[in-house]
Amino acid sequence: MEALIELLYSIPVLGLVFQFGGYVVGIVPAIAPSMLRAATPIAFAALCGVLCERSGVVNIGIEGIMLIAAFTGWYVGVLVVPLLGTSSLGVFGINAAMIVALAAALVVGMLISLLHAWLSITVRADQIISGTIINIAAFGVTSYLLNLIAATSPRGAGVFTQLELPQAVTDLPLVGWVFSMFVNQGPITFSLLFIVLVFQVLLFRSRWGLRTRAVGEHPRAAETVGIDVIWVRYRNVVIAGALAALGGAYLTMEGINSFQFGMTAGRGFIASSQALGRSIGFSPPSGQLGDLLALLPGQLFDALPYLVTIVVLAGVIGRSIPPAADGQPYEREATT
Amino acid sequence: MIEVELPPGRFRPPELTRDSLRHLLRRTWASVALPFISILLALVVGAIVIVLSQLIVPGRRVDLTLPLAAYAALFQGALGSFDGLVRTLVASTPLVFGGLSVGLAFRAGLFNIGAQGQFLLGALAAVWVGVMLRDASPFIALPAALAAGMLAGAAWGFIPGFLKAVSGAHEVVTTIMLNYTAVSVIAWAVSEPLDQPGSASPITATVENAGLPILIGRTGHAGILLAIVAVVVVWWLLFKTTRGFEIRTVGANPDAARYAGMRPRFITVLTMAMAGALAGLAGAVVLLGVTRYMTASFGTTVGFDSIAVALLGRSHPVGIVFAALLFGAMRSGAPLMQIQAGIPAELVDVLQAMILLFLVANAVIRRVLKLRGVEAGLGTTETITRTYGAEAVR
Repeated sequence: MEALIELLYSIPVLGLVFQFGGYVVGIVPAIAPSMLRAATPIAFAALCGVLCERSGVVNIGIEGIMLIAAFTGWYVGVLVVPLLGTSSLGVFGINAAMIVALAAALVVGMLISLLHAWLSITVRADQIISGTIINIAAFGVTSYLLNLIAATSPRGAGVFTQLELPQAVTDLPLVGWVFSMFVNQGPITFSLLFIVLVFQVLLFRSRWGLRTRAVGEHPRAAETVGIDVIWVRYRNVVIAGALAALGGAYLTMEGINSFQFGMTAGRGFIASSQALGRSIGFSPPSGQLGDLLALLPGQLFDALPYLVTIVVLAGVIGRSIPPAADGQPYEREATT
Repeated sequence: MIEVELPPGRFRPPELTRDSLRHLLRRTWASVALPFISILLALVVGAIVIVLSQLIVPGRRVDLTLPLAAYAALFQGALGSFDGLVRTLVASTPLVFGGLSVGLAFRAGLFNIGAQGQFLLGALAAVWVGVMLRDASPFIALPAALAAGMLAGAAWGFIPGFLKAVSGAHEVVTTIMLNYTAVSVIAWAVSEPLDQPGSASPITATVENAGLPILIGRTGHAGILLAIVAVVVVWWLLFKTTRGFEIRTVGANPDAARYAGMRPRFITVLTMAMAGALAGLAGAVVLLGVTRYMTASFGTTVGFDSIAVALLGRSHPVGIVFAALLFGAMRSGAPLMQIQAGIPAELVDVLQAMILLFLVANAVIRRVLKLRGVEAGLGTTETITRTYGAEAVR
């Protein structure tokens, strides 16, 4: 077996592919739990985007919603923790202040989303500009407030902690890492796993999902069978705001217990995920593959998620076709 | 285009009677009323934010006059002294270029959120060429560095234009991705090939002879004049050339443009490249005129300010100049506001977002304030989201 692997690795060029495969297989068990954690805020943002676009509303203000929710979750915790104390309620290291903070983050996220819904559905403003405004405002307001309170050296309410399975389970050969990936997590990541499953079923197997998709594809047809297009869109965009807010709250309530300027955006976010990568300490590949990767600048890996997005969007891996009425405000026909 | 011979003498310029003057005034009011009201309302909201935000700071007394002190300091910092005025002009210069970049794209129905990345790449190319030619004659070094910045920006704008024309990838998403990529490109370039040996943190050499000369005061560089030239060139391009007519037609209705024999795909690629060139110039001008070197964390707010400038200026070169002066004044006055009134400079971002919010919600404002005969806030942007879910431009 060892000899066969050595042989495969030594094939010129193609061997590098095998080396990469071997490296990934070797490293995944160690980094799988962190991978899921790093993916949590992104997945929530994506769920928010899917729900909005399926209902026919373009939402590029997701980033802003997340940023404000992250700030709210953190700072409401700071404000209420002197009143409620930090006594844990048992599981996940939850205390009363954290519950209040998370609720506040969700409410604020939904309110911002309601603003976007109002602008794009009722005012029929350009939805991309509306999203851009939310992003600019979110960055401005959170940075403004953070500067204002920086002198008071705020202390957060703490973070949700992860479940810990007994070592005997996570050390099981072959399947142990799957347990540690899906069970050694905090409550927000758990809620993600749950929401993804429920959302998939609801969107494609329920009356609500059918209506949502109808409103996104052909609102006029939906209206003629009695679906209230405006109401469905409002409701879905606001629910989507709660999803994005969960992703934002993850950053300050399950990730690190502080808020940083524009922490959802490119640099801060990549930086924190890199720090995560270093803290669990996986080693870079060795051998020929390692030599090759060492030649590439580290910044290339920072840019990789964005480059991959462009490549995917350019249709290299199949076209993604948005709902037909995506981004188009709906106007009821005048009743005579 | 078909040239129509007009009978001579039929189109004399109208005489300036009292009626025509009133008409002119009414038209001016119609186009500036909403931007003006939006700015005022934004200042009101900003004042509310200042007052309310004091509530969330533990142990701080609420001071109701703080907004007045903040706005006074903002005004004084931006316009209260000769130095302040020059700083305002310097801060407005990249916003003029950036606003033209975003505005030109708006005219073609494209949303160039990528001005940020194009700005960064333009600055990088300018410092790269500038450092290479730092000992050459300024007459060679400066134009070369400016041209490099323009070309780099154009290339960074060409990519999303090309992708949209070929595969329908929407420029809003691709340009945002390219913005983040540009940050990584700069971090790499400044810490690897351009790093000055012997410095503690990654930093490039200064551009020396490739720098823009200082013309007014201590900071007023020659880029201010370049911005004026750019305004004239873009105005001429948009309103006096066939190409500009094509850009505006494609923006208004791509299908009609195609039936009229224009090539919307080609116009898309060309406009994005030109928009990129303008944003790249903004970066080059800031680098060669203000910072004169680059660190690995070189960043800017110009990209997003430019969107606000283009929207407030209604994508018209003249409007963009005034909008850029407004936001430039806010940016240059903000530090004094922070020092004198203790209000964080990011209030400017909040004001900016509020101005845009009221412009976007113009239909509501017109109804509430009963404004009649006033033009909509954002005349030229309706095509952007319409193309979001649509098939590729044909």
